[in-house]
Amino acid sequence: MGVAPPLLDRRLLFVTGKGGVGKTTIAAALGLLAAREGKRTLVCEVDAKGNLADSYECGPLAFDEREVQPGLFAMAMETEASLREYLSLNLKLPLLTRIGPLASIFDYVAAAAPGVREVLTVGKLCWEVRERNYDLVVVDGPATGHVVGHLAAPAGIRELVSVGLIRNQTQWMLDLLDDPAVTGVVVTALPEEMPVTESLELIERLDHETGVDLAQVVVNRVLPELFGRTEEEVFDRLREPWNTMRLGELVGSPVGPLLDAAEFATSLRRSRVEHIGRLRDELAGRVPMLYVPELFSRTHGLRSTRRVADALEAELL
Amino acid sequence: MAGLEQLLASREIAVFAGSGGVGKTTTAAATALMASTHLGGKVLVLTVDPARRLANAMGLRSFGNIETPVPAEAFEAAGIRPRGQLWAAMLDTKASWDDLVRRHAPDPRTRDRILANPLYENISGRFVQSHDYIAMERLHEIHSSGRYDLVVVDTPPTRNALDLLEAPERMAEFFTSRLLRLLTAPSRSRLLTLASRPFYEVADRILGSQFLGDISEFFSLFQTMEAGFIERARAVQRVLTDRRTTFAVVTTLEAAPVAEADFFIDELVRGRHHVGAVIMNRTLPQAMLAPSAAGAADIVRERSDELAAALLDGPDAATAARVLVEIGANFRNLELVARREAEHRRRFAGRAATLAEVPWLAEDITDLGGLSRLGEQLRRPVDPSAG
Repeated sequence: MGVAPPLLDRRLLFVTGKGGVGKTTIAAALGLLAAREGKRTLVCEVDAKGNLADSYECGPLAFDEREVQPGLFAMAMETEASLREYLSLNLKLPLLTRIGPLASIFDYVAAAAPGVREVLTVGKLCWEVRERNYDLVVVDGPATGHVVGHLAAPAGIRELVSVGLIRNQTQWMLDLLDDPAVTGVVVTALPEEMPVTESLELIERLDHETGVDLAQVVVNRVLPELFGRTEEEVFDRLREPWNTMRLGELVGSPVGPLLDAAEFATSLRRSRVEHIGRLRDELAGRVPMLYVPELFSRTHGLRSTRRVADALEAELL
Repeated sequence: MAGLEQLLASREIAVFAGSGGVGKTTTAAATALMASTHLGGKVLVLTVDPARRLANAMGLRSFGNIETPVPAEAFEAAGIRPRGQLWAAMLDTKASWDDLVRRHAPDPRTRDRILANPLYENISGRFVQSHDYIAMERLHEIHSSGRYDLVVVDTPPTRNALDLLEAPERMAEFFTSRLLRLLTAPSRSRLLTLASRPFYEVADRILGSQFLGDISEFFSLFQTMEAGFIERARAVQRVLTDRRTTFAVVTTLEAAPVAEADFFIDELVRGRHHVGAVIMNRTLPQAMLAPSAAGAADIVRERSDELAAALLDGPDAATAARVLVEIGANFRNLELVARREAEHRRRFAGRAATLAEVPWLAEDITDLGGLSRLGEQLRRPVDPSAG
């Protein structure tokens, strides 16, 4: 067991979060940042929604990884392909070619044995780490509800299966997963009620059901502070009907929408600050929190990924 | 164009679908409240994982698998006099599975053996998209009880929106599949056919024979429920295509949820489901698209000192200049987002019987009054071509 190193010096990072919080963006940006730092990096999308490909604007991803930026490789997890790779590496079964489509075996195994699908996913990722094919593997992981199932799968399989190859294969995975010098979870949240609540619940479950270390909490889409205290007072004066009207006259067109927009941004920020506060209080300094600002573009192409990577870099390095 | 209220007047089930984080649960609750307020009757909102704040907003400390009425005091406190009743229930997947087993097991002994099987919990939680199936199954159970005039269903976050629609069919297929025959074969007979032997040899090497045996026994028990399960799954499937059922697709106007909503609508149409509504949630006001406002934003930024000096005196003028720069920049930021939203909004024109839109509320919903204001927003049909 090692002591937790700086985030990007770990070898395997699982990025997770409630649906819609931007975990793919964060995973993509972390990968980009690591590659920029000169690390040979693999980013793997587990949910196969295709969002990772959008983040890199690299066209559809497959199980076989592809270099999408210098030093940055990307892949999409396919559990059947993972099984195929695993069997060819471990079983050395010439028989395989004779037993027809692997798909039926796979369905059988995956449907019957709880956690097998998850173990095949985690196993493939751990394998890349063990073989030192990459300096860092970043996983655009499953959403909060499913990630514990993945990370707990190797231990679960050990409990259910008393003999067999799968059992034998779980120990080395656990050694990697439970070592904070190697593996860490990055929880992504939005400063809103449900994402914060789900993040806190997830962290509790990770502690209870897995031995994997919480590496980082990322708060995405944090709004900038528009006004300080004195500025807010002046803003309130500008909102007085007389001043609003005068300003409109001086500008030559109504400024109501501008002031409304500023009001909206200010109160939205206020409600978000409250949720960030709750998250920070509950974490009580256990892991550092990173803040990624709202980017006001709502695209998720490479340009946007780069901007998020810049924001993370400013916080991390 | 007819509004959501009109749509719900002729339906008994409204299924709310959409990708994670778009506000499905809250809009479903607000819609149910709106329907109970304006249409009357007995309305149930069946939700998956309500925020504590939402439960509080409905005057409920928490809600479990049991249907619970929203108390009259909560309505009084919000100043709402509903014509009907509003009920809420949560979907507890594990409890619902247990109910299902109790209902379909052929005898008490089999039932107890299934419920006590160590694999049961794991498998009931995982295979054939069991959350999706259970959500639809529970819906069918509640609907067929005839206890409600309208059931509004919030759906679990799915990896793929299609899972929800296909879950009942998959469940039925599972019971008739070759897969299940293979799973149960070892416990039925030690004699394996020549064709399936390699299959077991591989499975055996991977999983071990003891585990294989456990699985096999479990599925043999499970198979005793075959007839009941298949019939049930078919009935659930029928409910989803019934003309009394409508789907509401909830989305924000951001790229990823919009793409998913688009895809889901296509699939609903293909499956002959009724696409009743597209609900665009958390949108920016269209006033932000006015060209004159954008011009004004640039002017207050560029001429901030001069404008500030004309409005206020002394040190306040310097502060006001900074404030004006921020106001202008903030408007341009939000305007950019509003423009992207307008592009997405146009894509939904004509894609559903009703379009509804909810502006991005800066404050969280904390009481029934807030939920009711959201419901009133949802009543208003919108014109997608505006802006």
